[in-house]
Order: sequence, then C-alpha cells, then structure tokens
Amino acid sequence: MAKCKFADAFKEEREKSGIGKMDDQGDPVVMLLNHKDVRKAAHNYKAFSSEAVPGRIVVPSEVNIRTTRQIPFEVDPPMHKEYRSLLEAWFKRPLQDTYKEKLTTIIGTVLDDVLSKDKVDVVSDLALVIQSRALTLLLNVPFDKSVKWISWGTHVFRSEGEALDGDKAAILYNYIDEEIDNAIANPTDNLYSTLLAAEVNGKKLTKEEVKGVLILTFAGGRDTVINALTNMMSYFSANKKALDYIRSKPEIIKTAVEEFIRYFSPLTHMGRVVTEDTTVCEHAVKADSRISLCWASANRDEKVFENPDEVILERKVNPHVGFGFSHHNCLGATHARQIMRITLKLLAEKVSDITVLEAEENIENLGEFTRKVGYNSLKATFKKR
Amino acid sequence: MAKITFITSSNEKITVAATEGSVMELAVNNNVQGIDGDCGGVCSCATCHVFVAPEDVDKVGVASEIETDMLELADDANEYSRLCCQIPVTDAIDNVVFTVAK
Ligand code: FES
Repeated sequence: MAKCKFADAFKEEREKSGIGKMDDQGDPVVMLLNHKDVRKAAHNYKAFSSEAVPGRIVVPSEVNIRTTRQIPFEVDPPMHKEYRSLLEAWFKRPLQDTYKEKLTTIIGTVLDDVLSKDKVDVVSDLALVIQSRALTLLLNVPFDKSVKWISWGTHVFRSEGEALDGDKAAILYNYIDEEIDNAIANPTDNLYSTLLAAEVNGKKLTKEEVKGVLILTFAGGRDTVINALTNMMSYFSANKKALDYIRSKPEIIKTAVEEFIRYFSPLTHMGRVVTEDTTVCEHAVKADSRISLCWASANRDEKVFENPDEVILERKVNPHVGFGFSHHNCLGATHARQIMRITLKLLAEKVSDITVLEAEENIENLGEFTRKVGYNSLKATFKKR
Repeated sequence: MAKITFITSSNEKITVAATEGSVMELAVNNNVQGIDGDCGGVCSCATCHVFVAPEDVDKVGVASEIETDMLELADDANEYSRLCCQIPVTDAIDNVVFTVAK
C-alpha cells in the first residue's frame, strides 16, 4: 500500500552534494545529509553550538514563540553535563521492572479499548492516548493529569496550516508554570518537585530552569512518540505477516524497534549555530549561520546501511541516529524505547490484523525537500486474536 | 562456558559465567552498573562501552569499522575500548576482564 511507504527524501542530494538548503523564516539552514558528517558535527559542540538564543536551534525556529531555554538541550558542554547528570537517573527509571509493569498496563488498556471498536483513528485514539498516559509515569504525576494533555490534541504548539502557533504554545507554558507553583506549595515526589529541590553547581535550580526541563520533556516526546507508534501501525497494515512473525519470535522485538526508529526517523533534523567560519562537506558556512543534522537522511545512508529503504526487523548492526547522537542524544530515549517495545509485544499478543482504511499524511516542507514524517490521521480497523 | 569479570566505576568486581549471547547482555542480566545496553545491542547507543584489559586484547579481538566509527567519537575512548554488545560470549574469552567506562 503506497500510503504506508516512507520514501527517502534526501537520497539524490545526499549522493550528489551531501548537503541541502532551506529557508526557515528568513534564517537559512544548511542541512547535513551524510551519516558521517551528521555524527561528526553532532559531536563537535565547539564549532556547532546548541547554546544560541532559545528556540533558534530548532527547525522551524521557535525564537518567536518562546524565551525559555530548554534544558539540557540548549546548553553546551561543560555546563550541559551538570544538568544531564542531574536528570540521567530519573530518565533511566523506565528500565526498572515496576515502571515496565505500569507501562504494560497502560498500553494494554488502550489496545483493549481500540480492539473493542469497529474503526479507530490510530493518531488520536491510540498513539496520542498512549503517549499522554505514559507521560504520567515519566513525570511521576497522577494518571488523571493525562486527560487534559489528551484534550490538547497532537499539537500543543502547532495548528493546522501554521507551523508554529504562539497562542497554543502559551497553553503549555502557562500549564507548566501553574504546575511548578503547585509543586512549590505542596512538594511531592514528582519531577517538578524533584527538580525544584535539586542543585546544580551548588545552586538550587531556578523556576525558569525547571520550566526549561519540563518544556523539553513535554514537547520533545510528543510528536515523536506519536509518529513512531502511528507509523509502526501503518507498517503492519502493509506487511500482513509481520505481526505473526514477531509473535513467533519475540526475541526480535528490540532489533525491530531500533529498525522502526531508523526507518521512520520520527524527528527529521535538529539545528546548531555555527560559532566560527568553517566548512561542512566542502561547503563554506559562516559564523552565526545555522546548520542542521538531518537524522532522517543519515538513517538512509547507503554507505552505512545495506538496503536502507527496506525494513529489516532483525537488522543486527544498526548504528542509526534516530535518537540523535553524542552529548545531546535523546534524554527520553529509554522511555520511548520501552513504549515501543511493550506496544510491539502486546500488539503481537493481542492483535491478529491491522488494516488502514484512510490516511492523511503529514508532509514536511524543507526547502527543496518534502518529507513524510507520519500521519495527521490514520483510520484503521484492528482485529482481535 | 566462559567466566567473565567486570570492574565497575565504583571498583566493584563482578564475575559471571555464560555460554551464549553478547557480553552486553551478560552485563545487563547481572545488573553490572554502568552498562545499560539501551539500544539492545545494535551498535547505536554506546551505553555498553568497556575497556578490555591489555593482556586480553588478543582473545577479545578488534572492533569492526562501524564500532570503531562510534568509539572514535566517544570522549573517553582509548585503544582498549570496545562496545561490548559487539563481543559474543564464547569459550575464547574465558577469564577476560572488562572495565566499565565512565
Ligand atoms: S548496546 Fe547499544 S551500542 Fe552496545
């Protein structure tokens, strides 16, 4: 089914020049397309900084809709490490068995609900619900908080036809402000309180810093997890034998998840600001201009991956950069991986067939490129085993 | 059956034995601190970085090109670095000692 294909938008340019160009609200971006270049640049924080004006390293740029610095994402080493070590233990909790059990209950309930209906929208009835409910575990807040997050819909800071929407973003920022104030008034053991009590370099985190971590936690794992889950469901609709295969060989779940992350690359790219005149892929880039690390293109680089446009569930060596690379690799990756692994396991156990009926694709326009990153809606039927 | 020793950053020594799987899986199954094996062993996360004891290098063997590329960009890597998800447990590595990175 053509609607279930995710083409490599960057192949031609990657092979020809290794770079792409796009205009982003008047602040142009040079996109790095080769796996090697992307990884090298991601590692070189001195030449390619994350610590610009808040919002500028994101593409499309968010400078017009926020002033809060996202932490640790918009901080360079060595300070980056101070924040990161503070957060690491918390964000690794998804490796614990109790966490996995709770996540299994959450995902199982959503799947049972989906299986009781004739027809569902995978985006809003399944992926959005799983993502929102799972987030209560990551933040360690009461389950019913997810009701509000689900009501926001898939995009908190995006509306139809408009890449960025300041009014919508304000909903999230105000919400986080309120929750931080609640945590100050009544400390608990959730992420807000934990951060408010924490110190970095011998100093208590400020409210603004705590907000920076939380905006990142809410925003970073939203579209990405929703896309990853939705796209995986579309794959099973197009590959009818795959679920049976996973059921017969559950030990491949881990490699299958990594392969889905590589193939779908839920986050297309991430920017950096160039600190000194330099070259990338034999192309001059000026200080204070922007580059982007195109994870999606790197993940299809035929110099690294054999048959890059094929999903190979048992791909053994898979050095994908779907969760970014080097210092800034995705803090929420452990949580995201558990969501994907448990969903896949439960799908194989509970579902015999997924059939997509209607699909509305989510296409990104990136200068000379157009890339399908997921679906705005995906109507499908789920059959019980 | 291969007996393998891990030395963690808090200087704890853990000796375990296995006949199959990867060294990363062995470490994760035995809760060796500092080895997370986030990506499940596909060479994408580098959370399984270890240093091979110099006298064991011949037994363990060298890294593949993909592994080397990954290690090249790890800050604390040196000539004894390996991603242990890429090392299979076999009799050939009996009595080898790995020091967990970071
Ligand atoms: S476990 Fe991820 S690279 Fe070894």
